[in-house]
Parts: sequence; structure tokens; C-alpha cells
Amino acid sequence: MDMVSKNARMTSAKPWGRVRRSRYMADRALKVICALFTMLGAFFLGWILLMLLIEGVSGFSPALFTQTTPGPGTQGGGIANALVGSLILTFLGIVVATPVGVLAGTYLAEYGKGSKLAETIRFLNDVLLAAPSILIGLFVYTLMVQPMGSYSGWAGGVALAIIAVPVIVRTTEDMLRLVPASLREAGAALGAPLSTVIMQVSWRAARAGMVTGVLLATARIAGETAPLLFTALNNNFWFKGNLMGGVSNLPVMIYQFALAPYENWRELAWAGALLITMSILALSVVARLIVKRDPAR
Amino acid sequence: MSPIAVNTSSAIGHAAAADADAPIRIAVRDLNFFYGDAQALKNVSLNFHDRQVTALIGPSGCGKSTLLRTFNRIYSLYPDQRADGQIILDGQNVLSPSVDVNELRARVGMVFQKPTPFPMSIYDNIAFGIRLYEKLPKSELDGRVEEALKKAALWNEAKDKLRQSGLGLSGGQQQRLCIARTIAQNPEVILLDEPTSALDPISTGKIEELIEQLRTEFTIVIVTHNMQQAARISQFTAFMYLGELVEFGPTNKMFMTPTKKQTQDYITGRFG
Repeated sequence: MDMVSKNARMTSAKPWGRVRRSRYMADRALKVICALFTMLGAFFLGWILLMLLIEGVSGFSPALFTQTTPGPGTQGGGIANALVGSLILTFLGIVVATPVGVLAGTYLAEYGKGSKLAETIRFLNDVLLAAPSILIGLFVYTLMVQPMGSYSGWAGGVALAIIAVPVIVRTTEDMLRLVPASLREAGAALGAPLSTVIMQVSWRAARAGMVTGVLLATARIAGETAPLLFTALNNNFWFKGNLMGGVSNLPVMIYQFALAPYENWRELAWAGALLITMSILALSVVARLIVKRDPAR
Repeated sequence: MSPIAVNTSSAIGHAAAADADAPIRIAVRDLNFFYGDAQALKNVSLNFHDRQVTALIGPSGCGKSTLLRTFNRIYSLYPDQRADGQIILDGQNVLSPSVDVNELRARVGMVFQKPTPFPMSIYDNIAFGIRLYEKLPKSELDGRVEEALKKAALWNEAKDKLRQSGLGLSGGQQQRLCIARTIAQNPEVILLDEPTSALDPISTGKIEELIEQLRTEFTIVIVTHNMQQAARISQFTAFMYLGELVEFGPTNKMFMTPTKKQTQDYITGRFG
């Protein structure tokens, strides 16, 4: 302070305090409004999760994982058949969808780029990404269930795959586009053909993002209900080994049991909902960890 | 002394003198280059001598990088770019469609402005290029990797972490890794596209020393924005402006007694 006041040679051409108060107000106001709406969204999300946790945990018991879903009017029961059925359906779906999605995404990012065909596929993929999932269920119903004369786990797997493909296509393309062109040029400059550059350089550089895309697609289809209503349906017993006929699964089980008048059914529906939510949470956490630990980042 | 003046005289003399009798490795004749409809090179003709460093200098957009990118036809990755004319290497016009680009690129290696290590181990980065053309037993491949790292002056820093990711190296080390990757293929020509512009002065010095050593084995063409660098490391210099070759000659002559006024203006920092 003393130094400044003593220093008579300092100039002061422009006065301080010229910023209008209203500007501070507007600045502050936007911050407050954004924070309020964030809290509003988080509040409802937290409410849903808390309710799910309270109601779901009370339904947890060893029987949940060992017994099949109970018939109407019977006591107890578990959801073992629905759990295993959901695992199989999700696995089927992702096994079918991953090669299709990854290769199509690679075509869009590496080969097609700005071509007419690529533009068209990209547009249709975006449409499919937003398509109501019940439509996909109906589509697979006419494609597989009607000709085969029966609901089946296979039809359920295909319906889930159709939901997962556009998600994987999109993330694969986006991740490959983030790979710098200079890296591809460097591969080509060593005399590597494009296929080698794609498989050994681009895929490797985008690996974490691509795996994340597959995991997020898995999380997405694990909770899908509508496409299974017309395809795998559901089943209150252990399904057949060849997956023909109804295959029990968590989402449709939740849908049916939650509407039922039996106390034990509703409890099981809550427990199933909590299980699905937790597994989706686990998948998302794993996906984040993979991206974080990616050495190529 | 004015800080703006480019002190060229003291910079000359580090590099060996030009050997004008050295055989010609690459002969460029009437080369034209187009980005779509825009012409970027106009009737460029010049020779690159064997085991000499030739520097391409000129202001941004003059076509020096474009010229470099024709030698290994890397431009052909982009469909709207084309070149016509002749670039003769080993008796072949490399622009001719009958020349296999991948074989050409194994003969003519390239290192880019930004280091481009692949997301794999240091060892695999170098083995990548070798494996494309040769199927070697492991012991022999190990030897080739070691040899390349030694030639690129990276062996001492990298020998204990060959299995670690190449992305973990510093910028200067990454660039030497890219040079090692290129020389592991035993090319005849090495193209360097502003290889030190993203590096600190110490890393730059190491790369320049390395170029001086590599000259005994390879023909080197380097694009640089840094005129002192051109003076320090090259035997020949080509000055380009607006897509044309303005002047070409031994580096010391180009910097001491340029014949064209444009060249003189550029190297003394009057424009560019």
C-alpha cells in the first residue's frame, strides 16, 4: 500500500468500477438457475434410486437366486430362471450385435467416410437408434416368431441385437474418427495396406472407446422390455435347453409381476428391478474405468 | 546486432560440405500437383543427391511439404489430390500406377511433424514396419529392433522398457522412435516433414545430430521452417515460393551468395 501511494509516477487514465451491477446480477442468476435445475433432475433420480433400494433390498433372500418364479397364489419363490434367461438373452444379443456394429462402424469411419452410401447408412442408423423398441419386437415377431410357430430365446436375442447394433455402430464410428489422421498416414508411410492400418493402428488406438460402446450397448439391452414381449415373452418355469418357447427374463417378469395382486410377486419385481439397475451401474463403472486406464489416451 | 537479423554466417559450417558429384538418387521432372482444382506445384524439376541432406525451405503454403508428400505418394490417401510429371527413383517413375505404393513406401520412409507413435509397445512400434515385409525368427527380429534403436540414438533410453507403450516416451524420444521405425525398414530415402517443429531445443539438437549421422547411409530430404536448421544440417537447399522452385544449390552458396533476390530476401528474414 505504501509503495503504491508513494509511487507518484503511476498513471490512472481510466476509473475503476465501470462494470455495471446488472452484469454481475445476470452472471450470478444464470449460475443459480443452472444449479437449481441440476438439483431438480438429481433429486428425482435420487428419489427413484432410493425407493428402488428400499423396496428391492427387502425382497432379497437366498431363495431369490435358487427358486423359480412362483405361480399365482403360491408363497415365496425366487427369480433364478429370469436371471439366467436375461443373462442368456443379453449375451446372445451382444454376440450377434458386436461384429455387425463394429464392422459397420469401421466401414463408416475408415472406408465410406463422405460417400453417398455411408451418408445413407449413417442416417438410417440414427433413425434406428431412435426407433421405438416395441416396433423392433413386432418386426422380429413377423420375421422369426411367426415362421417358427413359437416364441423363442433366439427371437429375443435377435430383437435385442437390433437394438444394440446402432449403438455400437455409432460409438465405433465416433471413436475411430477421434484417431488422428496423422496416425493413419504414419502407418501408410511404412507401406502398410489400409486393412493392416485399420486393424493394428486405428482399432488399437480406439480400443477403449469401442469396448465402452459395447458395454453401454449391453447395459442398454439388459433392461429392454418391449422387444422381448413379442419374442422371448416370459415363462414362470425353467425354459427349455433349446430356448424354444417362452424364455423367462427379468424385464418382462418385472412388468408382469409389478402389476399382479400378489404381495410376493410385487416384492420379487422390486428385487429384480434393483438387480438390473445394479448390473447396469456396474457395467457403466467398468466402462468408465476402461476409458480412464486406457494407455492409448 | 539487431535481434531480427538472421545470423546465417555463423550457422554455416556445421554440416559437411555439399558433394555435388554424388550420384543422383531422386530426379524430379516437370512435377505439377493439384489439390482438387488448386495447383500447388508448378513445373518443379530438381535432383536429390545420394547420401546428402537436402532442405526444402520457403514460406508457409509454398509447396515444400506438398513436394515431400509426392515422393512416397502419401497424398494418394486423399482422393482429390493428384500429381503429374516424373519422379525417378531407381530408374522408375514412382508416380506411375504400375509402381506398388506399399513397396515404394518401404523404399522411401517418412517422419512427420508431430511424433506419431502407434499405441503399442516400443518394440512393436519398430517391429510393425519390419513384419510387413519380412518374416523373421524372433532372435533376428530382436536384433533388427535393437539395431534400429541404436541408429536412432534411442537404445540407451529405451532398452529397459521395450515392452512399455511408446506413448509413455517424451516428445523428442517419440520422434526418435518414429525415425527408428522408419530406418528399421532399410529405406533408401528418408523424408522428414518439419520433424523438430513440435520439439524443445534440446530434443531438436539430438534429432539434428542424428540426421547428420544418418546421412552416411540414407538420402535425406527435410522440410523446415527454421533457416538456421537448414544451414546447420543440409548439404543442399531448395527455396520454394508459391509452388515454384526459385533456387536450388549447395547450402553454403544458397546462404552466402544466393543468385535470386527472392531467396536473399527470404533467408535474411525480409519476408516469409
